Amino acid sequence: MFEEPINAFHLIFSSQEVYEIALRSIKVSGVATLMALCYGLPLGLIIGFFRFPGRVQLKSFFNAMLGVPTVALGLLLYLMLVPKGPLGSLGLLYTENGISLGQSLLVAPIIVSFIANSIEAVEKDIRELAYTLGASNLQASLSLIREASNGVVLSTIAAFNRAISELGIAIMIGGNIFVRDGAYNTRVLTTAMQMYVSRGETDIALALGLILIGIVFTISSISNYIHGKLAGD
Amino acid sequence: MAVLEENEQTSDVKISLRNIWKFYDGNAVLKNINLDVLRGEILSIIGNSGAGKTTLLRIMAFLERAEKGEYIYDGTAVENREVIRQKVTMVFQKPIMFNSSVYANVSYGLKIRGNSRGEIDKKVKRALKAVKLEEHAKRRAKSLSGGEQQRVSLARAIAIDPEVLLLDEPTANLDPGNVQIIENTIKELAKSGTTIVISTHNLFQAKRISERVIHLHDGQIIEISTADKIFSSPESELTKKFISGDIYF
Repeated sequence: MFEEPINAFHLIFSSQEVYEIALRSIKVSGVATLMALCYGLPLGLIIGFFRFPGRVQLKSFFNAMLGVPTVALGLLLYLMLVPKGPLGSLGLLYTENGISLGQSLLVAPIIVSFIANSIEAVEKDIRELAYTLGASNLQASLSLIREASNGVVLSTIAAFNRAISELGIAIMIGGNIFVRDGAYNTRVLTTAMQMYVSRGETDIALALGLILIGIVFTISSISNYIHGKLAGD
Repeated sequence: MAVLEENEQTSDVKISLRNIWKFYDGNAVLKNINLDVLRGEILSIIGNSGAGKTTLLRIMAFLERAEKGEYIYDGTAVENREVIRQKVTMVFQKPIMFNSSVYANVSYGLKIRGNSRGEIDKKVKRALKAVKLEEHAKRRAKSLSGGEQQRVSLARAIAIDPEVLLLDEPTANLDPGNVQIIENTIKELAKSGTTIVISTHNLFQAKRISERVIHLHDGQIIEISTADKIFSSPESELTKKFISGDIYF
């Protein structure tokens, strides 16, 4: 009964493969989160700060994208990235960068929505307060960004957690490739777990699962701590 | 309609509003307001809910623009709101705190003005002492009680030495201890020459602290007079009813 968990714990600390897969997952999802921040942050700021025609629809689109099924997005990207697809010439299919691109598209709506909502929540109050204390438009806007900064931190953490936990994009774009000492491996925690479970090798799947839960739990704990600090608890 | 009393000189007028109209969704919330706020006075605005008290203060703070009318400050018509915001500040009914310490909140306006670190420290400490919060400087502002947060708001406003301080129901829903500290601070501030305009539901407060009182009703100034006169012998029937409690708010 306790054999599998014992084996799993042993694998966590001894298997080079498990270590490599975990590291790759963190790297791929970390890059995805950074990519998403690069375009999600300005988009969130624009939607939060400015009132323009189509803003509500744009915000609704990103809100709807929060719940997009990863397999559907993965399939769509796969069709675009195959050699004969519109983006086939980029050569991103079955690469780590391809997974990062797909995951960034998956998690960008989290960043956009969190940031836009954080700004909207405090915009009127903070802007008016800053004005009454003599701030210019620019100074008031900077104060507003500072006040909304906890939204940026929390959205980044939530985006990373979503990226590292998803399976659909990683398997469709990455292909779960693993060759010992290979240069083009794309196996990550979720795809490896799915494969080992289907093979009946549940001890290694459990080891990978524990690592994944550990990463998500650690990141969430950091998120809660930061949120508490920013909220003044 | 408010007018200057005969013995008052134009130079004594800090803010002069002329023929001010303000509309929300096509409805007039301020109707042809003519008002002179005198230099160094405490002027209270009383009136029922929806009378336009907050809107009037927000126009004086240049947080909102009147659709019609003229805003004259120190004898000069004002168009540039940045100029006014350096001299006029406002404390809101619901305290708004920056997500930082009490000290950082109170120092905000001073930093905006480019004060040196030494000046900031001196002025913040003085302001916090005035509202009896010097012991709380390092605490997170949002962790304070509602009354304490309102005192931080007041300290933040007085730290920048404003020429005009606008207070929107500053003691609404506060306990007597906090009310007393805020009222004492307001009175001390007025002694130093700051012009203060305060909107309040509390008629006793208006009587206690103000030199002149305006009765605003349905966007119009019904009566303006000295505090003693308006509470002892109001001229308008509407003001009489309001003060006697026949008009509910």
